[in-house]
This record gives sequence, structure tokens and C-alpha cells, in this order.
Amino acid sequence: MRFVAVIKQVPDGESRLKIQGGRVDLSGATLILDQMDEYAVEEALRLKEKHGGEAVVVGFGPERTEEAIRTALAMGMDRGVHVVFEGYADPVAVAQALAPVLKEEAPTLVLTGGQQADWDSQALGGTLGEALGVPVVAWTTALELEGDTARAKHDLDEGAEWVRVRLPALFTTQQGLNEPRYPTLPGIMRAKKKEIRKVQAEVRPKVALLAEEIQEKQRLGKILDGKDPVGAAEELVRLLHEEAKVI
Amino acid sequence: MVLVVLDHDGNRLRKGALEALTRARQLAEGLGTKVAGVLLAEDKAPLEEAKKYVETLYTATLGPYTAEKWAAGVLAAAKMGAKAVVAPSSRQSRAFLGRVAYALEAGFLEDTLDSSLEAGEVQATRYAYLNRVTQRVKSPLPVVLTVKPNTTPLAEPLEAEAEVVALKVPEIPTVEVLERVEEEKKGVSLTEANVVVTGGRGMGGPEAFRLAEELAALLGGAVGATRAVVDAGWRPYSEQVGQTGKTVQPALYIGLGVSGAVQHLAGMNKSKYIVAVNKDPEAPIFKHSDYGVVADVHQILPALVQAVKKLKD
Repeated sequence: MRFVAVIKQVPDGESRLKIQGGRVDLSGATLILDQMDEYAVEEALRLKEKHGGEAVVVGFGPERTEEAIRTALAMGMDRGVHVVFEGYADPVAVAQALAPVLKEEAPTLVLTGGQQADWDSQALGGTLGEALGVPVVAWTTALELEGDTARAKHDLDEGAEWVRVRLPALFTTQQGLNEPRYPTLPGIMRAKKKEIRKVQAEVRPKVALLAEEIQEKQRLGKILDGKDPVGAAEELVRLLHEEAKVI
Repeated sequence: MVLVVLDHDGNRLRKGALEALTRARQLAEGLGTKVAGVLLAEDKAPLEEAKKYVETLYTATLGPYTAEKWAAGVLAAAKMGAKAVVAPSSRQSRAFLGRVAYALEAGFLEDTLDSSLEAGEVQATRYAYLNRVTQRVKSPLPVVLTVKPNTTPLAEPLEAEAEVVALKVPEIPTVEVLERVEEEKKGVSLTEANVVVTGGRGMGGPEAFRLAEELAALLGGAVGATRAVVDAGWRPYSEQVGQTGKTVQPALYIGLGVSGAVQHLAGMNKSKYIVAVNKDPEAPIFKHSDYGVVADVHQILPALVQAVKKLKD
């Protein structure tokens, strides 16, 4: 069995973003393995630990993405594939670029994060599922293998459902599925020796990025002391009524 | 033709479908073409309503939702000659339209705030970087475009009724639904509410949410919850606000015992006014708040309910 996690490297949600020439400039930002993808990596590791086989991490993005692939290797993934591409690519183009690599890997199961923290796209699961001709279970919160099928729980717009799906299949992951482990020091040392195969991506983006702007609203930042709860509550209600005029 | 996905709840078209319809009409006008609808429904009621909004309505009965079946249904309709497919931006539609976009080799513009036709290409704006950045993007045709809720006026019905065309949808091997976990719906919908009262781990347990509900009701709003609260089983998943839950953009957001994790901020940072109550003065949410109260929720919340009641009297 082969369990593949597809990952990206993205800016840490806490890090400050700048704009340079109408584009987000990440040069000062802390870049991390996308936290949504961490659940995919963790799940691939758990599946391998339980059922045997191989756990492979596939990263898409510029040269720096290798750092995120190393993080996944340090968590315990066996080897990596880096599909190298610099710039903006829409989810259809990314799936087109990843499809030949993934088909070659012939995975039992593919996992990737439910939403990417850079372009806020939720589409990679669907586009990749179509590219591979396999069913997709989006926003998975529980997953078990049962022979050549998987049983999974996943979120819908309203409520959730349990499904059974024949493998190979693709699952998008999220918080709640598992608790991702931290890379250990020996893990980090071992990761340095693990293989990362580089593939130059065939990417033909359909969507072009015209401009980016920071949209962080300036907040008033008025802090009230809550030692006198009744007084603080009354003052808050007064502010919301008279100043903000929202109640 | 521009194809609009007419999403419904079994009885009525969803508001999002009528927003998508407005966008579809705008694009169709620019392209000098017509709008057709696709309705995947088992029930008669949404069909009768949908007929009032488009000239051609493609339909199929495919059984309960699965992403693969819905993708196949929409794709069958799109293959009738769609230059663009427009749909409301629900989580489910964003998932299955990825399949449609790939099959059509289309540009996928997800969760757009607006859209227009410029020199034969579709331009749109959307949020990125966990809602912190606005992106302007463009794509040649064909495009698949989803419409963020509450961004677009609702479409009005037409005078004549649509011609209904039954689709032939190929059988798709798909996921088998074993059990659906439904959630009861009550009051104002979270994504449409003007006031959202969200409780975090600082609420201490499910009991304190009774007062949050009372506060929300007094303000004509809805109750939200953080991931931690939902994971603890204190509140249903449908109330979860954040990256893996719902995105809300009310005039007033009140976070009670919410620490302000990045994933949560991504779901509410576009609210007009943000109020935070937390006993930890270092809680990150204070940096993102207009009004903050450093206090225990259990002391402030009853006082807040009383103060709002006093104001309303």
C-alpha cells in the first residue's frame, strides 16, 4: 500500500504580509508546511504504521517548498517528490501538473488539506480527484481502511455523513482528523538523508493574478477593564449603541 | 450559454442560487448569450420555482448528494455549450465544481466577491491568505465561478417559464453514503446573521451557551462556536466559525472566551465590529478587536444580557 500526502508551503497565518508591486511579498514571512496539509501527512503516517507500505509526500511549489517537504520527512514520511513551479497556478493547472506524478506513484490513497492557507482554495481535492479518476471525500474527520474500501466521516455544509468508498480514493483533511506529531531531532537528522525527487512541472495556468492588496481592517482596540462586570457590560453596550451604532 | 447551478434545500432555491443567477445574467449579457439553469432535485417544489428564473432548465434526479454525482450532473448540462458555469459558493459546491472545472479545462474562480467581463475574459476579486488579502484575478473562457454569499443582489423571476430538458447523466462509481448526521436548524442562519455571538473554550461547558443564545436572540443574531467547542461536543458542527467551518461577516461579532486562533480569525476577520471578552489580556483576539473586555465570561455574560435588555426597554 502506498499513502501519498500532497502538500504546499504557505506563510504562517500569524506572520505579517507585505505588498510589493501589487503582489504579496513573502520575503519576510515565516513559511511553514500548510497546517491543513499536516493532517494529511499525519494520517498517511498512521495508515502506514497500521497497514504497512510506504508513505510519500508530494510537494507543489517553488524551490523553497523543499523545506516543507523536509518537515514532512522529519515527521516520518519515507520519501518526497517535489513538483517545482514558481508563480501562481490555479487548481486545475496544479492538478494537471500533479496528475502524471501521482499516477506514477499509483497510491492506495491520496490525502491533501481541505483549504490552502495561501490562495484560500478548497479545490485541489476535486480537481485532483477528477485528474486521477477517483472519488473524493472532502473535509474528512475520521478514516479507517477496511480491505479495499475506506470508511470515512466527513463534513457537509450542514451536518456530516459516514461514507464507504472503494480505493484508490482521495481525502481532504482538516482539524479534528488527528493530532499531527512534531518532527523529532532524530527524525530531522534522518530526513536529511531521505530522497526528494525533483520534477519540473508542466504548468499552463488558466487563471492569472492581476493584483493583490492587504485587507486587514484597522481595529479600534478599545479595552475595558472587567473588574466591575456590570459597569463594563453597560459601558460596552453604550459604545456599541452610541459609537458603533450596531445595536 | 451561461449555466447557473440552482442549489436548493429540497423545498426552495437557496438565496445563494439567486445571487449566482444575478452574476450569471451579468456575464451572459456581456457575452450576448442566454442563461440556462441546472437543477439536481428529487422534489417537485424546487423545480416549479426554478422554472421561473431561466429560459432553459436542465434537470436530473440523481439521488442524494455525492460530489461525483453532482459533478456529473452539472458537467452533462455544461456540455450543452456553457461558456461559464456559475454557482453559489457553498463548501459542497466548491468541492464538486473542482471536478467540473478540471473536466472542462476551465479557469476555476472560487468564492468571488464580484465578477465582470473585460475584453472577453472574466475578472473577479476574491480573498486569499486566510481572508487577509484581496486578489484580483482573470481567466479566459470557459470559467467555473462560485459566488461568495451576501455579495450580490438576488435575481428576480422572469415572465415566461423555462423549457425543461432532462439530462442524460452517465453512471458514476461513487461514494456510498452510509449514514447522514443531520443537525437541527433554528433561528437566523449563521452566515446571513447581522450579529454573531460566538463562544470559545472560555465558556467552560455547554451550559454557558444558554446565555449566549439569549444574548443572540436579544440582538436578532445567531450563535457561533470555535473548533475547540465543537470538538468538545458542546455545540454542533453547523455553528463552527473559522477556516474549517463557516465564514461570517456580520455587522457585530462578539467573541466570548475566544482566544483568536488564526484559523478562527480567518472565518470572522471581515466582521464590521469585533468585540472580545477574555480573561487573558494576552489573548490574540484583542489585537483584532474594536472593543475588548478583560474579564471572565461567566461574570460578563449575565451582565451583558441585562444591559442589552435595559437598552431595549
